[in-house]
Amino acid sequence: MLSKAKLWLGLALSTLMFWSAGLHAAWELNMPRGVTQMSRDTYDLHMTIFWWVVAIGVVVFSVMLWSIIHHRKSKGAKPASFHESTKVEIVWTLIPFAILIMMAIPATRVLTDAYDTTGSELDIQITGYQWRWEYTYMREDMDEEEVSFFSILSTSREEIDNDIEKSENYLLDVDRPLVIPTDTRIRFLMTSADVLHAWWVPDFAIKKDTIPGFINETWVVVEEPGIYRGQCAELCGMDHGFMPIVVHALPPEEYQAWYADQQQAAADIRELANAELSMDDAMAQGEQIYNQNCVACHQAGGVGMPPVFPALAGSDKATGDRLITMDTIVNGVDGTAMAAYGRQLNPIQLAAVITFVRNAFGNDTGDLVQPTEVNEFIVGGQ
Amino acid sequence: MSTSAALDHSHDHHHGPAKGITRWLFTTNHKDIGSMYLWFSFAMFLLGGTFALVIRAELFQPGLQFVDPSFFNQMTTMHGLVMVFGAVMPAFVGLANWMIPLMIGAPDMALPRMNNWSFWILPFAFAMMVSTLFMEGGGPNFGWTFYAPLSTTYGPPSTTFFIFAVHILGASSIMGAINVIATILNMRAPGMTLMKMPLFVWTWLITAYLLIAVMPVLAGVVTMMLFDIHFGTAFFDAAGGGDPVLFQHLFWFFGHPEVYIMILPAFGIVSAIIPTFARKRLFGYDSMVYATASIAFLSFIVWAHHMFTVGMPLAGQLFFMYATMLIAVPTGVKVFNWVATMFRGSMTFETPMLFAIAFVVLFTIGGFTGVMLAITPVDFQYHDTYFVVAHFHYVLVPGAVFSLMAAVYYWLPKWTGYMYDETLGKLHFWLSFIGVNLLFFPQHFLGLAGMPRRIPDYALQFADFNWISSVGGFLFGFSQLILLFVVIKCVRGGKKATAQVWEGAQGLEWTVPSPAPYHTFETPPDASLIKAQ
Repeated sequence: MLSKAKLWLGLALSTLMFWSAGLHAAWELNMPRGVTQMSRDTYDLHMTIFWWVVAIGVVVFSVMLWSIIHHRKSKGAKPASFHESTKVEIVWTLIPFAILIMMAIPATRVLTDAYDTTGSELDIQITGYQWRWEYTYMREDMDEEEVSFFSILSTSREEIDNDIEKSENYLLDVDRPLVIPTDTRIRFLMTSADVLHAWWVPDFAIKKDTIPGFINETWVVVEEPGIYRGQCAELCGMDHGFMPIVVHALPPEEYQAWYADQQQAAADIRELANAELSMDDAMAQGEQIYNQNCVACHQAGGVGMPPVFPALAGSDKATGDRLITMDTIVNGVDGTAMAAYGRQLNPIQLAAVITFVRNAFGNDTGDLVQPTEVNEFIVGGQ
Repeated sequence: MSTSAALDHSHDHHHGPAKGITRWLFTTNHKDIGSMYLWFSFAMFLLGGTFALVIRAELFQPGLQFVDPSFFNQMTTMHGLVMVFGAVMPAFVGLANWMIPLMIGAPDMALPRMNNWSFWILPFAFAMMVSTLFMEGGGPNFGWTFYAPLSTTYGPPSTTFFIFAVHILGASSIMGAINVIATILNMRAPGMTLMKMPLFVWTWLITAYLLIAVMPVLAGVVTMMLFDIHFGTAFFDAAGGGDPVLFQHLFWFFGHPEVYIMILPAFGIVSAIIPTFARKRLFGYDSMVYATASIAFLSFIVWAHHMFTVGMPLAGQLFFMYATMLIAVPTGVKVFNWVATMFRGSMTFETPMLFAIAFVVLFTIGGFTGVMLAITPVDFQYHDTYFVVAHFHYVLVPGAVFSLMAAVYYWLPKWTGYMYDETLGKLHFWLSFIGVNLLFFPQHFLGLAGMPRRIPDYALQFADFNWISSVGGFLFGFSQLILLFVVIKCVRGGKKATAQVWEGAQGLEWTVPSPAPYHTFETPPDASLIKAQ
């Protein structure tokens, strides 16, 4: 039976090689080598262990195949009577042990290196949320403008529902990627606001759980500018499959320029939050924010998925006192999947989405909430 | 005891099974209970398989086609729970019930009433667990590992039913394990010394100790969840000073021995079948026993290799890496011994032997990926990807499940008194073998290329291997109906089986007629029948 199995496997493998020869880019067989020293070390270690087990497999399966072909009753084989040998048992206990030691030495070296998070030139905090990432750049001077933003899947609902053709980076695109400088030792500080997530970018060989109440550390030095993609790797609820990671690695000068722009933009938003919103603007922007942030649970039309995700259409929280609507969206609801959006959205966006849920889905309260009101609510600590 | 007294004794108590449904409800007979366990586990195998086919159908193409992400998560969760607790574990308990008394020359299990009870609470536990799928908010959707706080603070309302079902399953397993230990230690026939016991008995004895050690930990962890959900404690809630990582330590302290609970009896089965069809004694019986015990011991000190990405200190990572790598040594000894048993034997390839050989090859492949996964820095890339999915399915499906199929074909003539249909058996084997490899081998590539596990939809570069995997899944799934057909056909009749059944078979179970009478070994077998394995 093994000969047939080998034939089949051989056939499958040669077919795969044929494909991977460039006819079809999607038949990826192996781990990426990546763009950091750590990812190359990891890849090399992976290949070393892989060839060790292949070699062991060839020896073991060859003996087995030989026995199956030659020591079969139909060929008149007579069974031998040996059934133990202490010497042989000791040999095949010690040889694997020695091989394991040879594997453990480089593994220990790479692992020790991965754990050395000292000497960072830039610290970035990564916070996992259901189902988005928040990136906050650590400042040395607390008077500086803070750069902090959320990164959300930007693949459209229509693509996921097969209504339109899928784009090249289907499910691997975000609205705002993490931007980092190349050739810089960066330390990531990872935590979570709700359940466990895991931040994983294969090209960096980084995968680390983000855990509420914990701060995990890891580090990276990216050597080549480029766009690197990854995904959440720890089951985190309904939309676990829909929280990708995109990292833009820029040369340090370009990164500095980008960072200065972000600081300026943060200052501008603070300024803009004093402006008046019109009802039409609020509803238009609110709908957009709803579709990006709320629709996964509360669904199109605000019907929700009761009892876990309540309906918004006609709900007391959306149609009653506007302070309750505001509180729910800004502070979230403890013990449920309803996150606190006070940090995730700016006051303009918050005002827009609050206005939207109070007027859409037949909740026609006619209320228009202004960014200044939201700001007062947040600053007032209510 | 004189011969005539022995005859009178057996005559007085000679009775067949009760009639009707009460036979099955009230039975204390190890063979009846074994059969019920096996049928129940087969039903759960088909149910868990149906859940798996929902998953594979959804993953056939990129995009959402059949189910929404929330239901997809319920499917992955229920598939895992049903297969682990409903299919694989009860199937091994069923085999233990049927075969351990026959193998050690005992008239029944030591605690027959508890035996009845440990079976009959199972269907109720699963009815409760599966019914959560129809409850408001759906069933468990947090994976079979149910990590907190996703399963506590963020879990659906039905989580409480899930917790209660796990409590019942745990109670059933513990009772089963106590019964196995009591039977093996107290009821061996005279002359059946420990080192003469068949390896299936040895592996089950060790497995039973593992069960008793870890099922209470599982019960403890779900009880802590229950308190977090309903009684305001914060064991796993960071906001209340709790520790989500503690959940994982507790779960995997149960979970790692659990995976050996599902594979050690499989080692025992294969160690019975290979010598039979190689017509040669098992190579290295003593070292097989010691290797099993070593694996069981190591299973208690490797749990955190499931958690290499949680941010443990370096010293912890290194300890768990080295300890995990060590498991390769006793496991390797087992594989070498099986190969050495085949070497210079006189082999034939009936269906049980085909499954047993496929077990050795494919389980070894799963073992190889296991060594790769043990290497902590590389595990950072493999962790929670399809590489892991491929790894544990290789050890569980062509591993544990193939061993169960081998066992069913091997002992079916003893149970029914008829030979099964060898042609259909071989067809079942080959379709399963091709299906399982098509299903799981490409998943190695998917994982290495970067596909996370437990996602209902994926990026376009994963499309090709996913459709191959789905085709393999449906082939493997529907092939199992052949097994059902073969078993029913064999129960209904066929060529009469002899007591010996297989030319090369050794052991007490082959000294009783086929089918095995309702009561066997009411008087202990002659000590001369007990040979060294």
